[in-house]
Amino acid sequence: MTISREDVEYVAALARLELTEPEIQEYTEQLNSILDYAAMLERLDTDDVVPTAHAVPLHNVMREDQVGPSFNQEKALRNAPDGEEGFFRVPKISLT
Amino acid sequence: MVVADKYEMVCGVEVHVELQTKTKIFCGCTTEFGGEQNTHVCPVCLGMPGALPVLNREVVNYAIKAGLALDCEIAEFSKFDRKNYFYPDLSKNYQTSQFDLPICLKGGLEIEVDGEKKWIGITRAHMEEDAGKLVHSGETISTSNESSVDYNRAGVPLLEIVSEPDMCSIPEVLAYLEKLVQILEYTEVSDCRLEQGSVRFDVNVSLRRIGATTLGIRTETKNLNSFNSVRRCMEYEVARQARVLNAGENVVQETRTWDEGQGITLTLRSKEEAHDYRYFPEPDLPPLVIDRGWVERIRKILPELPAARRTRLQALGLSAYDATVITQAKAMADFFDETLAYYGDAKTLANWVMGDVTRLLNTNQCSVLDSPISAKQLAELLELINKGTLSGKIAKSVLEEMYSTGKDAGTIVKEKGLAQISDEGALLGIIDDVIAANPQSVEDYRAGKDKAIGFLVGQIMKATKGQANPGLVNQLLKGKLA
Amino acid sequence: MMIGKSVSELHELLVHKDVSSTELTKAYLERIHTVDPELKAYLTVIEDQALAQAADVDRKIAQNEVLGTLEGIPMALKDNMCTEDVRTSCASKMLENFIPSFNATVTDRLRAAGTILLGKVNMDEFAMGSSTENSYFAKTRNPWDLEYVPGGSSGGAAVAVAADEAAFSLGSDTGGSIRQPAAFCGVVGMKPTYGAVSRFGLIAYASSLDQIGPLTKIVRDSALVLNAIAGYDPRDSTSVAYEKPDYTKFLVNDIKGLRIGIPREYYGEGIDPDVAKGIQSGIQSLIDLGAEVSECSLPHTEYAIPAYYLIATAEASSNLARYDGVRYGYRAESEDVLGMFKTTRAEGFGPEVKRRIMLGTYALSSGYYDAYYLKAQKVRTLIKQDFDKAFEKFDVLLSPTAPTPAFKFGEKSANPLAMYLSDITTVPINLAGIPAISIPAGFVNGMPIGMQLMGKAFDEGTLYRVAYTFEQNTHYHTLKPSLSGEVLARGSR
Repeated sequence: MTISREDVEYVAALARLELTEPEIQEYTEQLNSILDYAAMLERLDTDDVVPTAHAVPLHNVMREDQVGPSFNQEKALRNAPDGEEGFFRVPKISLT
Repeated sequence: MVVADKYEMVCGVEVHVELQTKTKIFCGCTTEFGGEQNTHVCPVCLGMPGALPVLNREVVNYAIKAGLALDCEIAEFSKFDRKNYFYPDLSKNYQTSQFDLPICLKGGLEIEVDGEKKWIGITRAHMEEDAGKLVHSGETISTSNESSVDYNRAGVPLLEIVSEPDMCSIPEVLAYLEKLVQILEYTEVSDCRLEQGSVRFDVNVSLRRIGATTLGIRTETKNLNSFNSVRRCMEYEVARQARVLNAGENVVQETRTWDEGQGITLTLRSKEEAHDYRYFPEPDLPPLVIDRGWVERIRKILPELPAARRTRLQALGLSAYDATVITQAKAMADFFDETLAYYGDAKTLANWVMGDVTRLLNTNQCSVLDSPISAKQLAELLELINKGTLSGKIAKSVLEEMYSTGKDAGTIVKEKGLAQISDEGALLGIIDDVIAANPQSVEDYRAGKDKAIGFLVGQIMKATKGQANPGLVNQLLKGKLA
Repeated sequence: MMIGKSVSELHELLVHKDVSSTELTKAYLERIHTVDPELKAYLTVIEDQALAQAADVDRKIAQNEVLGTLEGIPMALKDNMCTEDVRTSCASKMLENFIPSFNATVTDRLRAAGTILLGKVNMDEFAMGSSTENSYFAKTRNPWDLEYVPGGSSGGAAVAVAADEAAFSLGSDTGGSIRQPAAFCGVVGMKPTYGAVSRFGLIAYASSLDQIGPLTKIVRDSALVLNAIAGYDPRDSTSVAYEKPDYTKFLVNDIKGLRIGIPREYYGEGIDPDVAKGIQSGIQSLIDLGAEVSECSLPHTEYAIPAYYLIATAEASSNLARYDGVRYGYRAESEDVLGMFKTTRAEGFGPEVKRRIMLGTYALSSGYYDAYYLKAQKVRTLIKQDFDKAFEKFDVLLSPTAPTPAFKFGEKSANPLAMYLSDITTVPINLAGIPAISIPAGFVNGMPIGMQLMGKAFDEGTLYRVAYTFEQNTHYHTLKPSLSGEVLARGSR
């Protein structure tokens, strides 16, 4: 098993996804089959290969420091599930 | 610094500085402080679906400027990375930051504690975006049932400056932080207003047995926003760690938070709960190639930094102490230099600036930048003293008048007829009157009591409403009494 | 019947006042009312706004103003492109009620070109899928046979064009999502070079792979639309300031001497033999037309699938982190914010999206980054180098667009890996960032198949030239589904 059930639970926690028991089992199985397949990449010697992070070789793409239009409160909160007095409200935040 | 008789302390600090560009790092929203909640926002900094970042050139300029001022190497190749974690103040639930190729490397600065100089290394400095602000419904985050988020601050550019763990005492840490903030203020990349959160400190502390070579386990305390809380926090944390070690236990490697009210640090996250940030190169932003020409253009516009200024002022005759005080804040140092251009006596100017000028500004809670007395006006006043038009004492009251009215010294002197009386003839008359009116003091003086002359001088000054030239009065009086 | 016509033909009708934009728009809306209940290509139809836009164009026509080539032409946008004030859902419960306050750049450009937005079309949720079966709202059906999938993730966009529910549409392509549905539905689908079309306002799946492109009936229409949407955009830092040509200049019926490479790795055992035969016949046509065709090799092709699925899911896991119920979108009630995040995302995302987020998170996680994500980015370099080498000797490369024609609903959805493997012919192109086009190339068991042409970066022109030549010398583009099982010639209704 490339990826264990504990790994799946850890990853789900990292990704903030609540999984049901059947889902944990299903994903464990599916992720294993995908990762086992992905293991084929190990066959390639890539020690001297530079990774490609960007498909196009651009660099130094920048803009001038000029103020542009901003949203007003109404627009900003247009889709807010819980907007109050111009703020986005969220339930209790625990410290971790 | 020896802790509990057997430990020594090792400390490193990460400083987050808000760069005062006009706009945010990845969008054109203003970075102005204040502003009603969620009015300095747009799809980009709100993390709306489909929005994309575009890098603000000035942020890179400021980062290079700060790096040069801190003696750093500027990277030839730099890039942004995503730091992934979930928190309500993070509008995309990742922060665009720099991981392995930061823009600045290997710098440092010199501090002085108790007369001893020490070099504190800076490992790196990198650009990143700030998060929004949380307002909690209760007193603290843990006693609140809900919180409110304002994203005005989300996307404000930050420079994170990481020091080497080179500091071994609390005074060293404070000296480093004060020096760092001063240098940053001088470069004008930040307004450095700690009270507005422009500069925030994360302090890493560990203890080890005296003489040990390996580092002990460290804790990190995040988001301190004043030198005072840094000091108190470190005092507490060092004592706490010593207690733990003395009890034969290990310090837990963790992130802590400072509780200002209780004056203690508290666990924020343990190592197990430590974030797995899953850094990877930011695909929406091409990398930076910083040619040396760019770096040199910025080096040319670096202002004269504190150390260089101090040296120059000392060469003009100021004591090391005076030079340090004057150059403490750039605004004051600039005011000093501006005045100096009109009035060349650095030492006298220093006394006035450190004395009455500062007193007036402080009493009125006014920044030197908003001073009602301009450099030119101050110079004029000091020139009047030089010429003998004003006595030092009267000049002080003229200064106050200048402060409250904004008028020139010359104007005030004319309006109030405050010109110093240096006319011998006029003075002699008054001197005669005072001598005649105070036979006892005259006798005392002639009997050898030198102090009696002070009384007579005082009477003459009173009679002239303080406008008599005291030096001349003394001279004439002595002549008469001889 | 006008709705069966190409964009160029419709433009002529409008210019000559044979039909008004309002009449045209009404015809398309009528068509949508008639066939879409079965086909389910559309998620949102904006009837009033469309007619208002059409009225504006008619005013211009009445005043004899010069009409742009796309002016007054009704079209549809895949529902992952932001449209101001019009719901944009990404076919997800997470954005079921999301209304953007800004337009994607492509939306703006098409608006400026005077097109009529009919509505937003269906897709696999967050563009993750190859069949549009992963849509939260509906399963779009292939108009050639309603029991077959239209392909994905731009299934709705392909169907709208194939079934005359729009004159053209825009889709997005991250691993084949324009080309494969175009092939499955018998239309032309172009994925431009990465950086040619702005991604601003395209709801991101995989940032370094996503590109927007047109789906059209004929090659000329594709060039017309690409003219309107391509070009540098300062709001997208990955957008390239290149010299944008008039793509219609390349629509020349001549490929004599053009060098076409056939990468053998694209014709392996996974390819349906009938598809291979169909493409072989297409290749023969091109040889007959004077192209110089020979075999070549892109040796790292087989590694493209795992590389793609690690890179795309890694980027997606980060791009989709923002969906947490705080600022917009679905929110599940909870006592605390952590619970809110976890439940919102568990309930708001479908299984394929969750699967890819998990895979991507894992690929980036501590201890695995080097073995998975970094390794995949290095393999990506090797794949790009394969193409660079091939393009030293060839002008375009040719392959089947997909290993099979459209499959039936449910056929592949049980096994995610099997679904992923079907992307073998399309994902390498996204990894390399080069352009590719799928054109109708025949039928297998009554279902369309597509021929894929791959080109050098920013050489869409040569792709259009070959595609146009092939199209002009074949008849596949003239055929259309009848929605009752028979194949009818275009324009017959």
